[in-house]
Amino acid sequence: MSEQKNSLVEWIDKRFPMTVTWRAHLSEYYAPKNFNSWYFFGSLALLVLVNQLITGIFLTMSYKPDASLAFASVEYIMRDVDYGWLIRYMHSTGASMFFVVVYLHMFRGMIYGSYRKPRELLWLIGMAIFFVLMSLAFTGYILPWGQMSYWGAQVIVSMFEAIPFIGETLHNWILGDFMLSDAALNRFFAYHVVTLPVLIVVLVFVHIIALHEVGSNNPDGIEIKENKNPETKIPVDGIPFHPYYTVKDIFGVVIFLIVFCGIIFFAPEMGGYFLEYNNFIPANTLQTPDHIAPVWYFTPYYSMLRAVTVNFLGVDAKLWGVILMVAGVAVFCFLPWLDRSPVKSIRYKGPIFKTALALFVVSFFVLGWLGTQPPTPFYTLLAQIFSVIYFAFFILMPIYSKIDKTKPEPKRVTK
Amino acid sequence: MNKIKIFLLAVCMVPTALFAAEPGMPLDKAPIDTSDNESLQRGAETFVNYCLTCHGASFMRYNRHRDIGLDTEVEVLEKLILTGQKAGDLMLTAMRKNEGEEWFGVAPPDLSVIARSHGADWLYTYLRAFYRDDTTVPGWNNLVFDRAAMPHVFYEFQGEQKLVVKNVGGKEEKSLELVKPGSMTVAEYDKYVADLVNYLVYLGEPIANERKRIGMLVMIFLFGMLGLTYLLYREYWRDIH
Repeated sequence: MSEQKNSLVEWIDKRFPMTVTWRAHLSEYYAPKNFNSWYFFGSLALLVLVNQLITGIFLTMSYKPDASLAFASVEYIMRDVDYGWLIRYMHSTGASMFFVVVYLHMFRGMIYGSYRKPRELLWLIGMAIFFVLMSLAFTGYILPWGQMSYWGAQVIVSMFEAIPFIGETLHNWILGDFMLSDAALNRFFAYHVVTLPVLIVVLVFVHIIALHEVGSNNPDGIEIKENKNPETKIPVDGIPFHPYYTVKDIFGVVIFLIVFCGIIFFAPEMGGYFLEYNNFIPANTLQTPDHIAPVWYFTPYYSMLRAVTVNFLGVDAKLWGVILMVAGVAVFCFLPWLDRSPVKSIRYKGPIFKTALALFVVSFFVLGWLGTQPPTPFYTLLAQIFSVIYFAFFILMPIYSKIDKTKPEPKRVTK
Repeated sequence: MNKIKIFLLAVCMVPTALFAAEPGMPLDKAPIDTSDNESLQRGAETFVNYCLTCHGASFMRYNRHRDIGLDTEVEVLEKLILTGQKAGDLMLTAMRKNEGEEWFGVAPPDLSVIARSHGADWLYTYLRAFYRDDTTVPGWNNLVFDRAAMPHVFYEFQGEQKLVVKNVGGKEEKSLELVKPGSMTVAEYDKYVADLVNYLVYLGEPIANERKRIGMLVMIFLFGMLGLTYLLYREYWRDIH
């Protein structure tokens, strides 16, 4: 039997690099042996992506991208399709959990300096995935055609109108109409189920290839490739990804599934954060809700959009808001070049960096919370203060990361 | 790195603390239990007798009520179908959209998922908060939904309430007073509305109870897997540690 198997493997290997690929990316891909629980989120992001792709395919079988049928078709899935409710909740919960996992994955990169040389391109590819993920979330949230789908999208697409000269033309071109309507629903559906999923899958593939080229960072932020066994040429602190990290990640997957299924089965609306209450009201083009709040994962940036209230340098406040919002996302791309610290990991960084990172996290959460609230003068002031702190974390980084007192990095990874 | 995790958790709590301090219209807690089939069936009968005249529940099928103990088609036909539809039909309203707009100024909304958008407590308070107001078109107003287009459908049961505005420390405090009793006592009417709201909650997500039941099985399986995968992980990692 095993001889037969080997001859089959041989047959394939002569025609396709199966064994070589398996070794290069799994059984002989050496990862640092000191990964902690922060390192679960990469593989979990992949798991959620697969979940979204599979459940998404089943949803398209019953969903109708038509402004007059969309809302009812979602309820049809919830009631009349066998286990449609499960597929739909897996998809809606998956959308939010994708962001939870990706935000934690990015935060891991920030605390251990995973964006630093030689992983700059890996970080940028990751940022591209993040942009596509945001577009996927946006186009997907429109599809149920509830009040929040409609008016949330209306707010986002109206941002294009703020662009000088071409704004209005661009806005109408994107929507295929003067306002959000059936035409837009149809094209956003096409982006959501064809264009963007293809893009994200390709980018994730490229992300993993780039990772395996430079090798994984670790909580100590030191390069394990610099210390190889002279005979075997294997990093002394490296262990094969398979089976060590495959079994560890499977354990991580089960922990994740407990949380994920906990939400799906016991709190699919997640207190109105994952499925907004107002989105159970069909879209009404004539009735603007009192308070429009995007889904939680966009709210930090939504707060930045609303934070600018005055015209400045001859530019309209709304346009500044849009610029600030886009900058709030794009600024992560510059991290590899903003961080001038001699060490990568937070374990060896000094008190200034730790304080700055803590302030950044607080501002991210506060902005996120403010984005869910109706604006008041006090809240707007808070949004302005915390937007400044958010950006100061990045803009001042070249200075404080350089003057900060660091501890010496170890030669070998620690536990 | 435990400090980082503790810090993250602490920051997560901030919005919850802020939420708790938020003032809002006080709503009465709806005394409902979606596992109580008798209450749900009473609510369903009220719904088809009173609500379905103007509001649809157009995502719901009559025969779906097997969830709440109406197992046979005969039972469904007997208890819920008043207008000659089939058991497999959707619960549509007889009122046309334009008629609703003409009569009430706004077409009565579909109630299939009303409990999911407004919540049980809001519905429970709303249906008990109608009062006489001659300045409005229907002659009724509502304490939680000002100038609601809907008249007080259960007027004969609840009776007539009047708005009482008191000035407490410079703040207006609104309450309702029963001036003309209906055919039910206050407790009876509260129970009647609670049954209806219970049904509306069921109607919003008929699968909810089954979902939780399956969820328990899934959790038991996952916790079993947690132990097994942890042992597997420890077994492999013995070489490393």
